[in-house]
Amino acid sequence: MSEAIMIRDAVCSFCGCLCDDINVEVEGGKIQRVRHACRLGSSKIMGHARIESPMIRKNGVLVAVSFQEAYDNAAKILLAAAKPLLYGWASTSCEAAKKGILLAEEVGGVLDSTATVCHGPSVIGIEEKGLPGATLGQVKNRADTIVFWGCNPAEAHPRHSLRYSSNSCGKFTPEGREGRKIIVVDVRETKTSKNADKFIRISPGSDYEVISALRMLIAGKGESVPDEVGGVLKADLADIAATLKAAKFGAVFFGLGITHSRGRYKNIDNALSLVAELNSHSKFVIMPMRGHYNVGGIGQVLAWSSGYPMSVDFTRGAPYFNPGETSACDLLAKRDVDAALIIAADAVSNFPRATAEALADIPVIQIDPYENPTTLLSDVVIPCAIAGVEVEGTAYRMDGLALRLRKMVDSSFPSDEDILTGILESVHKQRQLAANEGA
Amino acid sequence: MISGRTLAQGAGCESKMSTDFFRAVAICHLSEKDFKSLGLSEGQNVLLKNEFGQVVLTAKKDAGLPDSMVFIPMGPWANVLVGTESGGCGTPHFKGLEVEVAATDSPVLNIRELFSGMGA
Repeated sequence: MSEAIMIRDAVCSFCGCLCDDINVEVEGGKIQRVRHACRLGSSKIMGHARIESPMIRKNGVLVAVSFQEAYDNAAKILLAAAKPLLYGWASTSCEAAKKGILLAEEVGGVLDSTATVCHGPSVIGIEEKGLPGATLGQVKNRADTIVFWGCNPAEAHPRHSLRYSSNSCGKFTPEGREGRKIIVVDVRETKTSKNADKFIRISPGSDYEVISALRMLIAGKGESVPDEVGGVLKADLADIAATLKAAKFGAVFFGLGITHSRGRYKNIDNALSLVAELNSHSKFVIMPMRGHYNVGGIGQVLAWSSGYPMSVDFTRGAPYFNPGETSACDLLAKRDVDAALIIAADAVSNFPRATAEALADIPVIQIDPYENPTTLLSDVVIPCAIAGVEVEGTAYRMDGLALRLRKMVDSSFPSDEDILTGILESVHKQRQLAANEGA
Repeated sequence: MISGRTLAQGAGCESKMSTDFFRAVAICHLSEKDFKSLGLSEGQNVLLKNEFGQVVLTAKKDAGLPDSMVFIPMGPWANVLVGTESGGCGTPHFKGLEVEVAATDSPVLNIRELFSGMGA
């Protein structure tokens, strides 16, 4: 048994917080202990039962094959498809994303990320209005007023409050939680709302109306606001508006409570306007609580290589972006794709049932370390090494800061980037063979 | 109905075929009043249905939920009740869905049963 080593200040590759203070004890090539990580991060780093071998489906049963055979089968599916969907990308590195975009261009497919069922409406709202943003460090060091709207970081981003927001102590916020005003807006009580100075419970689907009322109150046009909006008394809204205006540095964090509800991207558009207007009175910033650790990264890589942040159609010879038409759920619901490559995501679990059923009717290639419902429907399954645990790479934190993921232990599995390279090479080889046969 | 993250759901989301994930996600939170008015006892199941599908889940009391609202941890059980309409932005309504809820003696399907008959 080799001597134990301690890897210090590694980055956790679970959620968009990308906590960079994780200590990991490694002995005998295995992770023995994780320190500083939350329950989510520890679970990720300690790992779970893996898919042991590449597999292809023969006579309805997945059977073990070599990696090369899996790459060749995957390439064959993608080449035979008129419009393949390449979906996922939120839990892998930017280097893998870059390779995936090359593959999507090469085979003429549509590349979409998990943002499409998550903060996609935020991405669209931000495109329309712009983002008055900041780094999490600025929030930690300066914010005296923090709003959590439709998000529950106590369960989805457990260390957010201690490291970056409500309960963190910064250079100009030495009192931490005591020196801050915390407002939570949600349709239900959560662990996050229990930590609030003021909890505003709104009616489901009324985010747009409540934001509009706050905008009117902040603009001094309170006389136009009804006595109750979205289940909230005008007096309570006026109280919130006054608190927001009085902030020295305010931050709004928002989650899927606002993107998944009635209004969707228009809710975000309105929230961005609210924050822009608050900057006439104070310094205010706003940030989406990104879920998967590198869902921001795929957006960045896609944007700089294609011009668009998600749902990019490469079938036309030039990138084309039209959410609602080129987004994964819509394409599947309309049966407009004829093969799918699912990487670093579990589409079958996380899509509406009818969309999962559409995936069941087309050839599916899965690249993932773990068995999940997508595996049950896949025709080619390729196990990979885990980025941020077994492979290094680049990831973008929820505030857009790029951080380097560390390798903690060796893996016998290839990285996502290696697998995509293998499929891409097989695509080239099979194309060349077909061209030679045709010549 | 709203679906969303929980700590146990997140901790189990990379081991979806496990019983831990099943226990964490195949549940339906109801307000104390709704729980009582449906005549439920702890560990009993509820049948949820709407125009998109129906699913059986284990009922759980949640003091933080308002009446007439159910919360289901995000995942394949909740998504049986989610439609495909994306409002032109690609994102279906995973929250704010109308569902009917009733007590049932039917069992909760495990993850393999939930997808049996679908696909290959």
